[in-house]
Amino acid sequence: MSKVKNRRLKVVGKRVPRTEGADKVTGRARYIDDMQFDHMIYGATVRTTIPRGRIVSVERDTAFDWSGFTWVDHRDIPGKNIVAMIVEDQPFLAVDRVEHQTEPVALLAHADRARLAEGLKAVRITYQEEPPVLDFETATEVLKELSIARGDLAAGLALADKIIEGTYRTGHQEQLYIETNGMIALPGANGFPEGVTAYGSMQCPYYVVKALEKLFRLDRERIRVVQTTTGGGFGGKEEYPSIVAGHACLLARKAGVPVKMIYERHEDLIATTKRHPSIITWRAGVKSDGTLTAIDIDMRLDGGAYMTLSPVVLSRAAIHATGPYRTPSVRIRGRVMKTNTPPNGAFRGFGAPQSQFAAEVHMDRIAEVMGIDPIELRRRNLFQTGDTTATGQVLHDRVSADEVLDKALAKHRVAHRRSKKTKKLAGTGIAMFFHGSGFTGGGEVRLASRAGVELLPDGVRLLVGSTEIGQGTRTMLAQIVAESLELPYAFVKTIDPDTAQVPDSGPTVASRTCMIVGTILQRASAKLRIELGPYKSGDDFKKRAKALLKKRGTVVIIDQYEKPGEIEWNDETYQGDAYGAYAWGCNLADVEIDPLTYEARCTAFTSVIDIGRAIHPLLAEGQIEGGTLQGIGWALFEDVVMKNGVMQNANLTNYIIPTTLDAPHIAVEIVENPYPNGPFGAKGVGECPIDGPAAAIVNAIRDASGARLDAIPATPERIMKVLG
Amino acid sequence: MKLTVNGQAHAISAAPGKRLLDTLREDLKLTGTKEGCGEGECGACTVLIDGEAVNSCLVPTCQAEGTKILTVEGLAQNPRWRKLQKAFLECNAAQCGICTPGMMLSACALPPQPTLQQIRVGLAGNLCRCTGYVKIYDAVKKALG
Ligand code: FES
Ligand code: FES
Repeated sequence: MSKVKNRRLKVVGKRVPRTEGADKVTGRARYIDDMQFDHMIYGATVRTTIPRGRIVSVERDTAFDWSGFTWVDHRDIPGKNIVAMIVEDQPFLAVDRVEHQTEPVALLAHADRARLAEGLKAVRITYQEEPPVLDFETATEVLKELSIARGDLAAGLALADKIIEGTYRTGHQEQLYIETNGMIALPGANGFPEGVTAYGSMQCPYYVVKALEKLFRLDRERIRVVQTTTGGGFGGKEEYPSIVAGHACLLARKAGVPVKMIYERHEDLIATTKRHPSIITWRAGVKSDGTLTAIDIDMRLDGGAYMTLSPVVLSRAAIHATGPYRTPSVRIRGRVMKTNTPPNGAFRGFGAPQSQFAAEVHMDRIAEVMGIDPIELRRRNLFQTGDTTATGQVLHDRVSADEVLDKALAKHRVAHRRSKKTKKLAGTGIAMFFHGSGFTGGGEVRLASRAGVELLPDGVRLLVGSTEIGQGTRTMLAQIVAESLELPYAFVKTIDPDTAQVPDSGPTVASRTCMIVGTILQRASAKLRIELGPYKSGDDFKKRAKALLKKRGTVVIIDQYEKPGEIEWNDETYQGDAYGAYAWGCNLADVEIDPLTYEARCTAFTSVIDIGRAIHPLLAEGQIEGGTLQGIGWALFEDVVMKNGVMQNANLTNYIIPTTLDAPHIAVEIVENPYPNGPFGAKGVGECPIDGPAAAIVNAIRDASGARLDAIPATPERIMKVLG
Repeated sequence: MKLTVNGQAHAISAAPGKRLLDTLREDLKLTGTKEGCGEGECGACTVLIDGEAVNSCLVPTCQAEGTKILTVEGLAQNPRWRKLQKAFLECNAAQCGICTPGMMLSACALPPQPTLQQIRVGLAGNLCRCTGYVKIYDAVKKALG
């Protein structure tokens, strides 16, 4: 790879057009709801309406005309009635227990959507209710517990001149992809009539395969999953699509025809996963010069009714809980609590936004108590190259925390002209963050992702199960392959991930696709070059490709993840190299508060992040801008109102995400300190932009008005309450 | 009913109360117009009716009779709108792309050479969860500015 380093990059770093971009601007792109199949009918879900209890009976109104309907309940499940995930606790269809509202109980399908809606109303579930646990702060059942410790906490606290505590809360957040969840299931797959096929909106086709294997007791050959153009994911289409696909396939198998299941917005909001609410308590030992001597953190997350991905969310939250700061002694304890609410799950950042919100608001509190400028306080504690993290990871690769801080301060001054004097209270807040790319600890080794390239007469085709969900995966991976092969970008073709054709490259989550899958592709490309022998130009490549194909028929090179030698991790002690690489970031936010209405507005925002290398600068900026605004929404507006265990404001009128009028001017600067094991130096970019905005805004609100918030969203009601 | 969509006349038999969105997507197979909420809040279903941007999920088909409807599939017919498509592509204004048709149609209804503030006001009814809107402003300015 050293050869690559020394030559000028021709495709990586360039603003090539997105591979699927033309389809998206012409309306040709086919999302799941745009697809039709012959004899297709429509499916819907019957859900529970109490948070906890026993199902006494599920009855279909005998006066209703049920002709033409397909009915499925748990008795129709040929395999295991379990959604395959970390533990086996969640049924596809409830049998007799109700653990949360909106839990699926039965499925209906009909050719006529109006009749289908009537059918849903003609199903009665009777229950024996039990008192639910709705508040995770008082809940007692622990789904998962974790603790990380390094150094002597008592000694660290004893060294401190002051011990400063604070407790911080964050609420649910809905991913709010604009395309709701949806699938079309077909009976039969890959020539096997007993198989099942699912097309749909998703991040992880092979997660769906695994779920269907268990649900239908089928082997992999008899299952086919195809990702269609996906209208946003943000984690919300990581695990939940397995459930939608399972349901649609159950209906399709029973009905014997294709079944389309598209969630309406209301259903998507009340039933699918959200960001875990959190309560985090910080206890920091601080010397009078601001140096941290000890950090003691206790966090609880609201898991909802089932485990889903909560253990890994907790793990990422805990590992990032100190923020990008060093301390000789640290203890982090975390628990995920069970409540009788819909399960929470993956959402961009995966716990790190919650824990770094607490860290960064607390840093401002420390600065205030100690009488030190908040920027200076951070400078005195930021990780430096060679420092050790809470898990004992020595940061050998360049740590650019100081660099992004300096650049953000400079950028913020230049990018945002001071706004004219208004009657409003104005202030600026800062937040710093880091974010590990890829699966935590031994996760990548266990995933053992595979990806590769197929030789074509006029180029190569990417064979990856990684999904394009708007972030630019396909384009960015094609650039990596084109650069590795020293071919023009147009030589690299891409296809929709179809498990009948592509290997399992692991899930498209955790800011891992570029760094992990990109590296596998880079290696596969290098192997292909050896097969082909040297070529001098694109035409020369084509000649050699044709000759090789003639000789061999097909040339497919699939490679597998290889752990870089220096990464070590111990799952028992939770010590070691938690992530191969970290992105480093700094946010600055300007906020104005209306003194009459207490409404806070973010007027200007700066985000500077070291992502190693921007394979495609425009796509990378797009990730940062979008993640930033999603974080601003979480900070200011996005409030999931729960009552009796179900979302009350389940529509876009009452669950507010930022519009053009709410969005501040966002200035982005990408810093490129290459990661030696990433493709062309790249680390992850997808998640980190959402780690900082909430804290930056809350800190700006304090600066503007003196209001010290320790919870988000920072609604006018909350600000008013604090300002009294 | 008779509908003129993207300059082409269609005679369709649909219930007059059927949402224009469904008529376009199902009867005319113009699936470029998207549904994000079905209640007039997201703008994914935006089309132009006689030059005005409307949410087609709120319009009964009968109300569109005798009007001129423009959907994303018709943008390429007009050089100005072609420029808009090209700019959306080049500026990375379409990420997941689900908001893109509605966003571009709302942009079509903007005044000529819109200011940033006019763009923000004109697109305020179109939600995008991917872009933070920055690249969308860039694209609109590039094409129409
Ligand atoms: S679908 Fe019409 S506004 Fe959302
Ligand atoms: S590009 Fe995904 S919602 Fe706008």
